[in-house]
Amino acid sequence: MNLTLHVWRQAGPSTEGAFATYEARDISGDMSFLEMMDVVNEGLIERGEQPVAFDHDCREGICGSCGMMINGVAHGPMKATATCQLFMRHFHDGDAIHVEPWRARAFPVIKDLVVDRSALDRVIAAGGFITAPTGGARDANNILIAKTNADDAMDAAACIGCGACVAACPNGSASLFTGAKITHLGQLPQGQSERDRRVLQMVAQMDEEGFGGCTWHGECQEACPKNISLDVIARMNHDFLVASWTGAGDKRD
Amino acid sequence: MFWRSTIGKKMVMSVTGLIMVGFVLVHMLGNLQIFEGAARINAYSHFLHFTINELLWLLRIILLVSVILHIVAAIQLTRIDRAARPVGYERKEPQAATIASRSMRWGGLALALFIVFHLLHLTTGTIHPVPFVPGDVYANMVGGFQMWWVTLIYVLAMIALGLHIFHGAWSSIRTLGVNRPKARPTRRPIAAAVAVAVWAGFTLVPVAIFFGWVR
Amino acid sequence: MPLDAHVPSGPIGEQWDRRKFEMKLVSPANKRKYTVLVVGSGLAGASAAASLAELGYDVKCFCFQDSPRRAHSIAAQGGINAAKNYQNDGDSVYRLFYDTVKGGDFRSRESNVYRLAEVSVNIIDQCVAQGVPFAREYGGLLANRSFGGAQVSRTFYARGQTGQQLLLGAYQALERQVGLGRLHMFPRTEMLDLVMIDGRARGIVVRDLVSGAVTSHAGDDVVLATGGYSNVFYLSTNAKGSNCTAIWRAYKRGAGFANPCYTQIHPTCIPQSGEHQSKLTLMSESLRNDGRVWVPTRGGDTRAPGAIPESERDYYLERKYPSFGNLSPRDIASRAAKEVCDEGRGVGPGGRGVYLDFADAIKRLGENTIRERYGNLFEMYQRITGENPYAVPMRIYPAVHYAMGGLWVDYNLMSTIPGLHVAGEANFSDHGANRLGASALMQGLADGYFVLPYTVGDYLATAKPAPVNASHPAFREAERGVADRTAKLLAINGTRTTDSFHRELGKVMWEYCGMARNEKGLLFALDRIPQIREEFWQNVDVPGSDAELNQALEKAGRVADFMELGELICRDALERRESCGAHFREEYQTPDGEALRDDEHFAHVAVWQYRGDHQTPERLQEPLEFDNVHLSQRSYK
Repeated sequence: MNLTLHVWRQAGPSTEGAFATYEARDISGDMSFLEMMDVVNEGLIERGEQPVAFDHDCREGICGSCGMMINGVAHGPMKATATCQLFMRHFHDGDAIHVEPWRARAFPVIKDLVVDRSALDRVIAAGGFITAPTGGARDANNILIAKTNADDAMDAAACIGCGACVAACPNGSASLFTGAKITHLGQLPQGQSERDRRVLQMVAQMDEEGFGGCTWHGECQEACPKNISLDVIARMNHDFLVASWTGAGDKRD
Repeated sequence: MFWRSTIGKKMVMSVTGLIMVGFVLVHMLGNLQIFEGAARINAYSHFLHFTINELLWLLRIILLVSVILHIVAAIQLTRIDRAARPVGYERKEPQAATIASRSMRWGGLALALFIVFHLLHLTTGTIHPVPFVPGDVYANMVGGFQMWWVTLIYVLAMIALGLHIFHGAWSSIRTLGVNRPKARPTRRPIAAAVAVAVWAGFTLVPVAIFFGWVR
Repeated sequence: MPLDAHVPSGPIGEQWDRRKFEMKLVSPANKRKYTVLVVGSGLAGASAAASLAELGYDVKCFCFQDSPRRAHSIAAQGGINAAKNYQNDGDSVYRLFYDTVKGGDFRSRESNVYRLAEVSVNIIDQCVAQGVPFAREYGGLLANRSFGGAQVSRTFYARGQTGQQLLLGAYQALERQVGLGRLHMFPRTEMLDLVMIDGRARGIVVRDLVSGAVTSHAGDDVVLATGGYSNVFYLSTNAKGSNCTAIWRAYKRGAGFANPCYTQIHPTCIPQSGEHQSKLTLMSESLRNDGRVWVPTRGGDTRAPGAIPESERDYYLERKYPSFGNLSPRDIASRAAKEVCDEGRGVGPGGRGVYLDFADAIKRLGENTIRERYGNLFEMYQRITGENPYAVPMRIYPAVHYAMGGLWVDYNLMSTIPGLHVAGEANFSDHGANRLGASALMQGLADGYFVLPYTVGDYLATAKPAPVNASHPAFREAERGVADRTAKLLAINGTRTTDSFHRELGKVMWEYCGMARNEKGLLFALDRIPQIREEFWQNVDVPGSDAELNQALEKAGRVADFMELGELICRDALERRESCGAHFREEYQTPDGEALRDDEHFAHVAVWQYRGDHQTPERLQEPLEFDNVHLSQRSYK
């Protein structure tokens, strides 16, 4: 099939960007979206132009590197699918495809479709962990975890940190990302002692990074390539309320 | 700490919003007494203003504080949310957001303006087409809805209110951390029922008066 | 070059304890005076960086991805082995040790493997404490599954995302140290050279991939945890960014490169669909627990799989290896698949595929159980191929997956360069000529959590490296070298893209140095690869500049190194005149087509020493002694 791409091109963080139009020819339905971009890029290099920069790595939907707005939808039209796992068989010959980078204050554009998502790392650094220094652990089977709890924790832990939730949210909120980590760790017995502190620190960092607030549009859940549920946000809020109420906030260090 | 965070502000909006939903429901039930005649609704007004006057003022203060907090939080959050995306998308296709969720801000602003209008119209009688008689609620209401444009403002405002409650009542519960497992953003029967009831209950009165079913 | 592995004396079961006691310690107050540079943030790198920072060292960690959480360890699916014996099925440290040595076809160092098996139990404890959501039984205890090359259930897993969950555990521990200010993370930063002063590793030169700036970091110890080099084959299951640059530069600075020809082919990957393919997707080997591998008995059978009656199917793994059947080790399963496809019995486009059929398992256990176990793998398969594996059998074909070879390290995981430690897939230790499933995660975490924190300290306490900073002339010289090379790549302005060269190299490697190798093919490859490399340096087109995010430049630099490594791999494969594990030389096989080892001449590690760009590298040997495991021909029949 042949396609027309409208792609955001921006040379650097502080330069003005604009859309450019490219033709993608002889695209097979068995190509992934990124492989289609590879074809376009090879063509650009052969014509002496700069290829379109985009983040990608594992190309099997787990590393969370890739992500673009495709026709106004984060990661494109397929539900629960990262951009690298979106296959061209879902497009039709002659389609025009709009490609934009994630847009958020906390995700400044570095170049073309590449954005800086280090804000998400800082949210984790603020409290998205269980303090368990190497070597001090007791036998793994001494901690009993009901299967349902382990499964729920795993559902939330499946987050790949791609930032699609932020990109899709009309408010540029990172609540789904933050809520997922709070839910993952908060579901487990090992995560209880730091539960109050974790939610307060992570929420504070999330706000500090300049993400917006949650207004429950539900766009994040639809965009999430790992199907993470809005429930994680309710859970984050619950934990936040409890932690604020019990005064754990005063004990922040 | 609590108020400084987006979640804290949102929780304040939730609680104050739910208080207002409670008020609106009681207000609506009061209004519907108009269908039982002048004596009934005027007696109700008398009960509110004289029998439980102190309580009424307490409730008014709570309501006023709620409205102020709700609006202040809304303005602050809106600014934060807008700042979170300084460069918008050229193309963005909503996947889950509803008309209700997307109209919260403009709808909220419209409702704030409407409340001012409503107070000037039926509480103080400043804007009132026929002579306003303090205490005669029945006559004021019947007199107040004779003009088509007044009725239209109420009808439109109630659509805004219904939408605002449809999204707000549901999301408030979620904001407060109540977690109904596997809830879908589009499926929320209780919020829908409250929203429809409020919309219908409030719309019925001005429409009935305008078309002369209550005179 | 001395190739003393520094293995502790005494019985194998006491060696690690003995070594830990013999080690010199750095006092708590002195630890923060030492800077450790950790390159790579996968399981080995992140766990080492976090653990070393916890101990109090000043740690800097570097990764080329935009976040340490994206290292390719994240893509490991199936699980992690540990000799916990929670299933009461006869497992023990000794059995895990034995299985791993045997699985590696007796080409690994016994002592390292024993230690790996020993600390495997601590890894599970550590990960659970961090909140890794391993699968659980209804009673709340940990669940296990079985895996290729073992007859016990010792594999712990978190759905099909075990690597992700383990990596996130290590990443969170790392980020915790970042938050505490004890660890500095440098994402989007690629190591381009190793800096040596007085014969020791004293720092690295890096390029900031966003600004293009080339800078240096000085340190007292350098840990390379930069993963494997399977992308030398162009198509592999590795992430697109996975590369050999860090270890290759270390090799060129004098670190010995061990067993480069041991590259593992994974049997259960989704077959290639066309020329455009940019990578191959692996599906966890755990699928072979319940899936049955077959091809039609008759070549050229184009009927739909469902229309082929039972009597005309050849479940060749079950037929040839009755006791391990579909769970035969990776190299054996891969080669068997190639064999049946070479016979013309392959299925799917191009005849390069075999069926992996779940019909029996679904009948026996129900679709829900299968969905529970492999749901995400099935979804992934369907997404990529457009076929529903619950209804029609999957098609699979082997693909390059893992590099057992890597920089040579001693028992302390130190390379031949003092102060340069190597961990995880980047080193050669533990897996011999073939890695068993669910052992890579185990090794990465064992190295990072439980070996390096001791041995790096021992090195620092023993060598007491003098303070150094990046103003030393050695850094200037290395930076100049990096800048010159970059400038050279940008100045070529040829007519071919980097990818086209990479594809060409990959085809040669796969064809002549893939699943089966022979002298003629290897000699051809050794002739061809330098030609491709020469053309690359004259005709590649790298657009853009070095002062910006330039992904084409990054790629070109990595492919340039692959071109050199590819040649070394072929050379090593040529010189190893035997078949062992993943290295299958057609000249050396048993009458029934199994790998034929030559223990008399090749029971050693081949270590290659760089001697200059135009010199043939020197092949050194570390003899392997087997005191605890009896050398035998591997049999999975």
